Amino acid sequence: MISYTIRRLLMLIPVLIGMSLITFSIIHLIPGNPAQTILGEQATPQQIEQLEEQLGLNEPYFVQYADYMMGLLQGDLGTSLRTNGAISAEIWPFLAATIELTLFAMVFAIIVGVNAGIISAWKQNSIFDYTAMIIALVGVSMPIFWLGLMEQWIFAQNLGWFPAFGRGNPRDPVETVTHFYLIDTLISGRPDQFVTTLRHLVLPGIALGTIPMAIIARMTRSSMLEVLRSDYIRTVEAKGINSLSVVYRHGFKNAVIPVLTVVGLQTGALLGGAILTETIFSWPGIGRYVYDAISNRDYPVIQTGILVVAFMFVMINLLVDLLYSYIDPRIKY
Amino acid sequence: MKKGKWLVSVLALTTLLAACGGDDSEPANGGTNDGATNNEPANNEEPANGENGEAAAEEPAGDMAADQSLIFARGGDSVSLDYASVTDGESSRVTQQIYESLLFFADDSFELEPGLATEWDVSEDGLTYTFTLREGVSFHDGTPFNADAVKLNFERWADPNHEYNFADEGYAYSVYGTQFGGFAGDEGHVIEEINAVSDYEVEFVLNQQLGSFLQNMGMSYFAMTSPAAFEEFGATINENPVGTGPFKFVSWSRNDSIVLEKNEDYWQEGLPKLDQVIFQVIPDNSARLTALRSGEIDLMDGLNPDDIAAIEGEAGLAMFERTTNNIGYLGFNMDKEPFDNQQVRQALNHAIDKETLITTLYAGLAEPAKNIIPPGYLGYNDQVDEYAYDPDRAMELLEEAGLGDGFELDLWTMPVARPYMPDPERAAEVMQANLADIGVTANIVSMEWATYLEQTEAGEQDVFMLGWSGTNGDPDYFFGNLLTQDAIPGGNRTFYRSDEFDALVDQAKVSIDEEERADLYEQAQAIMHEDAPMVPLVHSRPVLAGSDRIADYVPHPSTSEPLTDVYLTE
Repeated sequence: MISYTIRRLLMLIPVLIGMSLITFSIIHLIPGNPAQTILGEQATPQQIEQLEEQLGLNEPYFVQYADYMMGLLQGDLGTSLRTNGAISAEIWPFLAATIELTLFAMVFAIIVGVNAGIISAWKQNSIFDYTAMIIALVGVSMPIFWLGLMEQWIFAQNLGWFPAFGRGNPRDPVETVTHFYLIDTLISGRPDQFVTTLRHLVLPGIALGTIPMAIIARMTRSSMLEVLRSDYIRTVEAKGINSLSVVYRHGFKNAVIPVLTVVGLQTGALLGGAILTETIFSWPGIGRYVYDAISNRDYPVIQTGILVVAFMFVMINLLVDLLYSYIDPRIKY
Repeated sequence: MKKGKWLVSVLALTTLLAACGGDDSEPANGGTNDGATNNEPANNEEPANGENGEAAAEEPAGDMAADQSLIFARGGDSVSLDYASVTDGESSRVTQQIYESLLFFADDSFELEPGLATEWDVSEDGLTYTFTLREGVSFHDGTPFNADAVKLNFERWADPNHEYNFADEGYAYSVYGTQFGGFAGDEGHVIEEINAVSDYEVEFVLNQQLGSFLQNMGMSYFAMTSPAAFEEFGATINENPVGTGPFKFVSWSRNDSIVLEKNEDYWQEGLPKLDQVIFQVIPDNSARLTALRSGEIDLMDGLNPDDIAAIEGEAGLAMFERTTNNIGYLGFNMDKEPFDNQQVRQALNHAIDKETLITTLYAGLAEPAKNIIPPGYLGYNDQVDEYAYDPDRAMELLEEAGLGDGFELDLWTMPVARPYMPDPERAAEVMQANLADIGVTANIVSMEWATYLEQTEAGEQDVFMLGWSGTNGDPDYFFGNLLTQDAIPGGNRTFYRSDEFDALVDQAKVSIDEEERADLYEQAQAIMHEDAPMVPLVHSRPVLAGSDRIADYVPHPSTSEPLTDVYLTE
């Protein structure tokens, strides 16, 4: 198990180098000069030239890449062209914000999705089953931005139950330590802020979690149906153990592997793909950090942002793989 | 019963969460006060309550709200709080509150008023400017503001080798270069030297006259930072701004919010009235409006013109209109056929229906343009006869130019909304229809923004849409950048070349006699009108939406204004 883990970790290196080379090449192929983008339409050619020189954009492509990789090896993630700040220092708050939102969304997706899937399978062809599966189908096909705007309109503007934007009350900023607000508010002993943070998570969390929720529900249902038809379940039922406990305790454990795969993939996808949700709900996360960098041609930030997201994606897959063999010892490598 | 357990728990949790923070979703009065009284003060609310009483007593209006914290929502974050090293409006909107320049602009115009300098004197030859500085002003760090501070700030921008220039850290003071003809040692650099005559008197010696010198002094780019702060923060000054302004910097979480608090020692007695100003980033236009409607923010920029009609009748909301300070235009590439023909250009000027454009795309918040500078600017030529919307006349002119059967052109439109052009794509469609009416086929071309700017500068286009916004209220900023031959390549994307026009503009640039300047610019506009290198389309009036509790807020044409006088009513 340990050697497997180490082998998997070593495999990350070529993956990340390949990834960095691809991102680096692609963003240099995009037409449009970053200096021009940064300075806007009122820039003079002299200003543009000066900025290019300063940013090192006159250097040949490979020199720029080599500089970047050398820095990376020394733990330097580069400097943002736009803000002049060190990316390593800048990126963490955004990453933490996205992780917090993603985890909340996944907790929502898993709790609702798994339970809905299990119950649908247990009561196959019942009203509940049909309703849940229709909701799941709608959930998968619903555009996130539409769902987000509807949530805001109903729950923020009309009902006033939940806030429409941000991570907390801007008038009462959270004292940041880890940049995970739920944790930070507890550290600073502010239960009121903890609740505020939680309330801010609800709408974007649901918007982001709806698609994975639907996918998980459908996956759980089909996986459970298969398990419920197997012999050992029939044996357990024959022993007279009540059925809900059979479904949860004996059935789900064996149906969980495909669900876990889906959960892993979805978490990875959410980490990188939360841009729409983050934009609609003004969530200062990594998706928006990279998006803003793209619209400003902030090369180093785009590269680093994508690398970090790729890294997390790979790590989550690794975690899922390791979990497989933990849950089902028959899976060996 | 059991199967519904999860559903019940989820619902219960949701309701609980909604109920718990019920007071927090109330706009201004909830959260902050709770935070400040229950526990440690979150940052700065505690002194605020005490102060409020006094301030309210002084105010004749007497209807000031207890909570004077204002949330200003906008689409993007500031780039840097080192104002002179960046050009974006979102940066200056914040630094405007923290920093002050020697001269101020009037609330709603570019008329100059005393700022950190109480008086100024120009020598007869127009080469020496002496400013008398305001006494008793201190920076937020407690150090005094004086002539040495002024000298240090200007030298810092002018000299790339200055210890606080931070060129090695990637700072560039490009606006300084543009406004003052380059940097120390450059041939065109107009500031010869700066002398601290006494503690409160500073003298600028120029090597040539500069008509816009005083206007430049009012620009937010040339505001004063505490010399002690440079020493303390070095190149991180962009995250630790220390000025003399009405508000002090508290915190900045990137892409989210910038928090400022009242400067209790501000030199203007009884000001500012707000205790706290928060600049909140909400990228999506509709989401920002939702936040305003739900009372989570107080003021917002970047309103969709389509939403204006809906907001106008809404209780609790108010609109704030900026004075016009820009031009949106349709430019011809005069290096290409048939746009090198004056008759063709005049014909197309007659073909565009500006009124329809304004009703459909600006919700009426714009006026048709006939010059490139907005009305009200020094030297605005009102005698110029606008090319009236007249398709028949247009066709006649085309006939005379030998293009009676019409022709085909590429109409370039930008991919992003601009203050002078809120919906470029639809604007292009309207104009496409106008052109079709006179037999001209326009193919709409769009591309990514940076590429668009590059390609138009390189002259790849036939006909293109673009615009320009004023920054210091000086006409030279428009004429010099958009139409003179010096601006090729650069802002002059029509490739208009007129020696006569250039001579007038150059003469006006170095003149310091207002009347003479006005006269020269009027002549220049008459020439430009005849030559018609572009169709001046509109001067738009951007609007902001906000709570009707906001009092004394006057949006400035420069797009960023100090919030010194603003307060919230009950």
